[in-house]
Amino acid sequence: MPAPVIEATGLTKRYGDFTAVDGIDFAIQPGEAFGFLGPNGAGKSTTMRMIAATSTRTSGDLSVLGFDPADHGPEIRAQLGIVPQADQLDEELRVIDNLIIYGRYFGLPVPYVKRRAEELLEFAQLTEKRRSRVDGLSGGMKRRLTIARGLINSPKAMLLDEPTTGLDPQARHVLWDRLFRLKEEGTTLVLTTHYMDEAEQLCDRLVVVDKGTIVAEGSPSSLIRQYSTREVLEVRFGSAHNEAASQAIEGIGSRVEVLPDRVLVYADDGEAAMSAVHERGLRPITSLVRRSSLEDVFLRLTGRSLIE
Amino acid sequence: MSTLEQPVADVGGVDHALIASRARGWGWWFVAEHRIRAMRSYVASWIAISVGSPFLFLLGLGLGLGLLVDANQGAQGVDGVPYLVFIAPALSMATAMQTAAQENTYGVFGGFKWFPMFFAMNGTPISAAHIVVGFQVSVLVRVLLPLVAFSLVMVVFGIGSPLGALLLLPIGLLLAAAVGFAVMAWVSTQTEDRGQLSFVERFVVVPLTLFSGTYFPLETLPAFLHWIGWISPLWHAAELGRGALYGAELAPVMVLVHVGYLVLLAGLTCWLSIRTFRRRLDK
Repeated sequence: MPAPVIEATGLTKRYGDFTAVDGIDFAIQPGEAFGFLGPNGAGKSTTMRMIAATSTRTSGDLSVLGFDPADHGPEIRAQLGIVPQADQLDEELRVIDNLIIYGRYFGLPVPYVKRRAEELLEFAQLTEKRRSRVDGLSGGMKRRLTIARGLINSPKAMLLDEPTTGLDPQARHVLWDRLFRLKEEGTTLVLTTHYMDEAEQLCDRLVVVDKGTIVAEGSPSSLIRQYSTREVLEVRFGSAHNEAASQAIEGIGSRVEVLPDRVLVYADDGEAAMSAVHERGLRPITSLVRRSSLEDVFLRLTGRSLIE
Repeated sequence: MSTLEQPVADVGGVDHALIASRARGWGWWFVAEHRIRAMRSYVASWIAISVGSPFLFLLGLGLGLGLLVDANQGAQGVDGVPYLVFIAPALSMATAMQTAAQENTYGVFGGFKWFPMFFAMNGTPISAAHIVVGFQVSVLVRVLLPLVAFSLVMVVFGIGSPLGALLLLPIGLLLAAAVGFAVMAWVSTQTEDRGQLSFVERFVVVPLTLFSGTYFPLETLPAFLHWIGWISPLWHAAELGRGALYGAELAPVMVLVHVGYLVLLAGLTCWLSIRTFRRRLDK
């Protein structure tokens, strides 16, 4: 197996008494799409900043593209494409100038940067907007521009901090498509997200993080196999009755979970579970059978939903 | 901590090792270049302001107030020269100070807060020190505009010696660097805008302009106020400027004191700014 692009052992970040990242271990392979899935405040962004050498770790070992971030920030960032959670674009400049200026920070010659910027605008589907000022772009366009900006130095790995948070479904799909292309070209993708569908779409492998620690690791499908059933039956009885109904359901499927608004029945055959519920004389207001997702994995591991 | 010796590969013709070494040396220039590029959209109005205001100041104060002062002072003038010649270098310096203070107040606060460009820059191979120095270099470029305009007006209207007018440029830039870094050192520690940003203009720039011997010799003030002049970078620069423009009496040791004070202030506050930037950017 080739050497990992990024490797962490006991990686820790403390702010005073608060431990944001609590001794995590992970290794990301070249060309892999690796995700950090967890709720807000789990320590995902802090981990990303430590990888980019823009946040100094408190303890533990970290190696990024062969360098120690503690004293090789420039060498590491020269090889990385960074897409921060807030776009941090220069809103007063035109779209194309944002790319040119960013390329100059890498010391790339102006003619090269100009050529590359045009290619990246094409990739980000922003060619028509090249002369527009950034403050007039939609959220999805800004996000694509930020990704294009992160690619200006032909990075070996891209760090994407919540790439699609706040975007509408259509904009998210356009973005996923672009990221998928990068992955096909062999760029290592490291992303954080609290969207399980995003993690399932993009990640070869991911770690589930909660309160600064890693609670599970694997591919999306293996995590679902390991921590959930094949299908899930969701039944709603009205918020006042869910608790009582769940006790009557107990025993159907392999596990029953009560949420404030619904009851989840974990079973390999959802339709059979639904029939069993009806046989017990229960009449849910609504019911639906779906496939298990990472959301179920997260719920199982932490007892909480991903987005609260 | 051991660092793995791993050759940095070429990706699509891009040499990442070269990028890193260029950034370590030239990062400050990339920051300045970014800000100068961004200035291009304002350049027309800035030239108008930079050229227009020296005319207004020199005309209004020199000819209006100057007539009154010169009539009062008679042949001896102020500091041995007509009032217009006396205030010209100080006005040029005062403008350099105001511009540097203003750019550093809103530019630095905005860079962290309103348009967090400093964080975007920090995601490239450059470092905090580059951002601090590069930002200031771009401010000096901005300050150069009014300085050149003032000196041009002096040369055209025969105010003082042309060589002296030229010398006002480096003096003005040194002053702008000292004031710029000092303002930056304070503003970069401010994380919330509660109206305190305007203090720089109201309680520092304006008082210094009024009490640093800009419009009248410092000695005219009561002795207990002279200290304001001594700590004021504007006074030190104005003294140098007067020596340059019309050969005002200036002992060689005082040249050293004036220049030394400005260099020291710039150096110290630059160092403080780098420290604060480093802390704020390392989250």
